[in-house]
Amino acid sequence: MEDKRFTVLDLLNLDLKEHDALELRCICGRKGLGRLISSPDINRPGLALSGFFESFAYQRIQLIGRGEAAYLHLLASEGKEDGVSKVFSFPIPCFLFANGEPPAPMFAEAAEAADCPILLSDLSSTELSSRLMRVLTNVFAPKTSVHGVLVEVYGIGILLVGESGVGKSETALELIERGHRLVADDVVEIRCVSGNILMGSGANKVIGHHMEIRGLGIINVTHLFGVGAIRDKKQVQLICSLEEWDSAKVYDRIGTEEKTQDILGVHVPQLDIPVKPGRNIPIIVETAAMNERLKKMGYHSAKEFNQNILRWLESENARDVYFGRDDSI
Amino acid sequence: MVEKMTVIKNRAGIHARPAALIVQTAGKFKSKIHLQKGDDRINAKSIMGIITLGAGFQTEIKIITDGEDEVEAAEAIDRLFQNRFEEE
Repeated sequence: MEDKRFTVLDLLNLDLKEHDALELRCICGRKGLGRLISSPDINRPGLALSGFFESFAYQRIQLIGRGEAAYLHLLASEGKEDGVSKVFSFPIPCFLFANGEPPAPMFAEAAEAADCPILLSDLSSTELSSRLMRVLTNVFAPKTSVHGVLVEVYGIGILLVGESGVGKSETALELIERGHRLVADDVVEIRCVSGNILMGSGANKVIGHHMEIRGLGIINVTHLFGVGAIRDKKQVQLICSLEEWDSAKVYDRIGTEEKTQDILGVHVPQLDIPVKPGRNIPIIVETAAMNERLKKMGYHSAKEFNQNILRWLESENARDVYFGRDDSI
Repeated sequence: MVEKMTVIKNRAGIHARPAALIVQTAGKFKSKIHLQKGDDRINAKSIMGIITLGAGFQTEIKIITDGEDEVEAAEAIDRLFQNRFEEE
């Protein structure tokens, strides 16, 4: 799933589950499986097949549905192969046939000759194109990797970041022990999906869900804590930055000021949590997660608190005036 | 020990933000710092304590400091009151 070098073979190899499965298989043109897919868009090549090549989006995946397939059969029965061979003169990444209907033999032969792969799927063309769009948008989504630990706490995706040795992994371990889930340790790959959602996952499936704990070495979280303690991917909704307690620095005492960090153009709320012996960081992270949930539900503890104080001070003032405690009035 | 009278000049009184400002400033000094409103005396290094005073507009507050840097501390806290806690 490398950026820029996404080939037809990579598309076939994608490990997709359930509602994302494309059910693709290659039926001919295997030599062309190394062709690059350079755009997340899909083209329906009806016009090109009928001989109109202006603005032909040949660099896209070409999706053939029932209509186009029937037209190809018609062309084959009439022996009109010129148009078809002209289509293959373009560097098309691949053709996709939907509904599980294989192409006319004439078309398959032309594809084989041009080394253009033909993939077949049992899905209907509408379903296939919507799944394909979803999958390709993910593949081509802007991504970055961050050094930290991604955990899911009470349903909130929290990215723990901080200097090495500050206790990110230990905090994550304690959170897992308390029944929360590990998404990725050390290197978290973050993709920006549909413009405003940051999806975090482990960079590598093989080494995912392992953690390095000083003094223990590498541990397998899935085997130690069970499959309930892990998650493949999770939206990054909050960043907790752990740092050594610095007595010169001013830490947020109220929580009405909201700090955010920019990741791939998305602003993620960030909390700076000072670490010092005797502070129980996991319980602070847990509370931060619940507070974040409250905020999402429209209740901002700190702001509400301050509003109540202001109201109270106001009424105290009014009472003073009323009872004439203040002689100047 | 230094005692200094001051008065709250900002309309809103001491709510969360000014309280945090006082605590922040008080934290820089080694002296013990207390605020007194009427008979209530609280530690100026505790946010919740300061808010509990319920000090509104034009309330008189006595700043009491005790320690090696008591004079500077009293002045620094008083300055916050004079500057209306950077509000308005």
